[in-house]
Amino acid sequence: MDAILLQILNGLDKGSAYALIALGLTLIFGTLGVVNFAHGALFMIGAFCAVTLQKIFNLSYEVIDETQTDFLGNPLKVKTPYVESWFGPELGATIIDWSVPLAILFAIPIMLMVGYVMERGLIKHFYKRPHADQILVTFGLAIVLQEIIKYFFGANPIQTPPPAALSGSVDLGVALGFDPNAIIYPIWRLVYFLFAVVIIGGVFSFLQFTTFGMVVRAGMADRETVGLLGINIDRRFTIMFGIAAAVAGLAGVMYGPLNPPNYHMGMDFLVLSFVVVVVGGMGSLPGAVLAGFLLGILESFASTTWATTTIPGINQIIIYLVAIIVLLTRPRGLMGRKGVMEE
Amino acid sequence: MLGLNKKDTSLLIIVAILTLLAPFILNPFPTDSAMAQFNAGYPDLMQRFVIFGIFAIGFNILFGLTGYLSFGHAAFLGVGSYSAVWMFKLLSYNVIPAIALSVVVAGLFSVLIGYVSLRRSGIYFSILTLAFAQMSFALAYSVLSNPKFNLTNGETGLQVYADDPQILQGANAPDLPHLFGLPMRATYTMDVGAWSFDFNAGYYLCAVIMMVVFYLAIRIFRSPFGMMLRAVKSNQQRMNYTGLNSKPYTLAAFVISGMYAGLAGGLMAAMDPLAGAERMQWTASGEVVLMTILGGTGTLIGPVLGAGFIKYFENIFSKINDNVLHSWFAFLPDGLEDAVVFIIHPFIGKGWHLTLGILFMLVVIYLPGGLVEGGQRLLNWIRRKSVGGDDTREGKTEPAE
Repeated sequence: MDAILLQILNGLDKGSAYALIALGLTLIFGTLGVVNFAHGALFMIGAFCAVTLQKIFNLSYEVIDETQTDFLGNPLKVKTPYVESWFGPELGATIIDWSVPLAILFAIPIMLMVGYVMERGLIKHFYKRPHADQILVTFGLAIVLQEIIKYFFGANPIQTPPPAALSGSVDLGVALGFDPNAIIYPIWRLVYFLFAVVIIGGVFSFLQFTTFGMVVRAGMADRETVGLLGINIDRRFTIMFGIAAAVAGLAGVMYGPLNPPNYHMGMDFLVLSFVVVVVGGMGSLPGAVLAGFLLGILESFASTTWATTTIPGINQIIIYLVAIIVLLTRPRGLMGRKGVMEE
Repeated sequence: MLGLNKKDTSLLIIVAILTLLAPFILNPFPTDSAMAQFNAGYPDLMQRFVIFGIFAIGFNILFGLTGYLSFGHAAFLGVGSYSAVWMFKLLSYNVIPAIALSVVVAGLFSVLIGYVSLRRSGIYFSILTLAFAQMSFALAYSVLSNPKFNLTNGETGLQVYADDPQILQGANAPDLPHLFGLPMRATYTMDVGAWSFDFNAGYYLCAVIMMVVFYLAIRIFRSPFGMMLRAVKSNQQRMNYTGLNSKPYTLAAFVISGMYAGLAGGLMAAMDPLAGAERMQWTASGEVVLMTILGGTGTLIGPVLGAGFIKYFENIFSKINDNVLHSWFAFLPDGLEDAVVFIIHPFIGKGWHLTLGILFMLVVIYLPGGLVEGGQRLLNWIRRKSVGGDDTREGKTEPAE
């Protein structure tokens, strides 16, 4: 029982990332009808927002400290981050320590901007063109974004550690009534999962309980009629594109401590996220979230020693296998709506 | 000639002349001159031109004719490479059985994948092929390289070792890929004055095969079968309503293009007896899509042009560095020179992919027909300019329409 629970927990962090990216993809697809191959790149840009903020916080100036000497007897140069000199050493150190969670605030405006510019500058011109063209142009955009990041940050992964208070592990087994040491779980993964739940809940309640969200939902159901009612639906869809970009970006920001960001992390996640969207059902938001968590957990179960010894390499291919089976037996996906992408 | 009309015959002849004389055409600059870095007439690069040309021609038969966008074609290339290297390992270094098997295996593999993937169309088809290719990549990279059943040799890549059986390998046959004793690496260098031209056996083998498959592609494009595929592209629903089952046609197109990819993979292994899983990764599939779109989808010559274009500029751009740039812009004032070099710097050397991505986006946005359409537009423009007086007449007739 505890072993099963452990695997479920292990699948949650990847599942959260899948769910968040797939949610954004589905939002874009459901509102604008565009297949966005650059969504993985947005995830990556989010992760690099955290990297950038961390670099900004660590900008330092050097002071020659006469009281201390290095091993040669020369006065020691002490590096002090500007943040520490502005806010005092203690608060400054805390700010640097918490740079990843603080990057959320930094990333939201940036991602909204990126999404807005992307939609107005490029995607807008592709509504009337075939899906193949949309795939191709966003694929090209993904390459460009990826290469720009690579140019500025290099090809190596960059460490973005979580705050000291949230690193390390917690013994969940005791809390849930199992033996001690049965379920040791890294805290940051738990944080990531909770964060994903909050974001998903936020997006859903935004769509469900605000007037703006209601209009967007109406537009998803019937764009023309909403337009005929005198509502500028394009503008709202553009904002939704920005929100979808922000969701992907935030998923990336918080993913840094789990896996050091590198420039091709977006592409790695993109393929899987598309599979997740298809399994969940094109255009279905709950489907995307459900399939994201489901496939993440499934992947974690397939990675157990028992599974890999029974069928070698099952952990590498399980998601694709499931996708193929789902597409062939239930082409609409788990929760797909009728009439979406059925030609 | 050969069942082609006049226009196609001349196209085929032009392609044949260009490929056969490629060592001359691609080496226009003397070896010692500063421009020699723009020469592309060395065997390795020429082989890549024709091999990727074959790959793109095959991809175009599927995407250009039926409109099904496959994002997993590199899987067939990889399968072709693996089977060719296995032929080297088991039989001999002769390339004929290797290439034959690579085509057959890739064909079988594409029947399997095509049968499943073609049950969906549109974006679902793209994602299904992508999933299959990624699955093949994962299988080749890790699963099929376990000690008990080592089919792909994982990360190292499959290669021929001294203790492999090679049962048909003759005693005095060369110890590298050869065609009945003629090694693929054999190169005859002809020096004419300051120029030197390389004639490589491997390149000519690939070139001859490319001409054959190019001829086949022309025949497919002009056949009733090709017409049927175009009909699928323009309106599959209507095709179905007329009572026609379009699936066998699309499957045939898929298998044909898979076999082309397998052939390209086999040739790649024949030029360099090595096969790695990275050939199957989805970025590799993306590359052939880029080539086809860049050259011109649905045209005969486009994919070959696109393949040549991408491979040539990949090579050139990777070679240029800041020093070269400084020497080019030396005529500018110092500050301006540094500024220009600074601006161009991200796009050259390792930044080639950035240039490629931007170029690709521009082509998709402004020139959906690729280089071929660009060439046609340019031709029309020149024609209109040169006629001159006709401009006014055209302008007058237009409103009347």
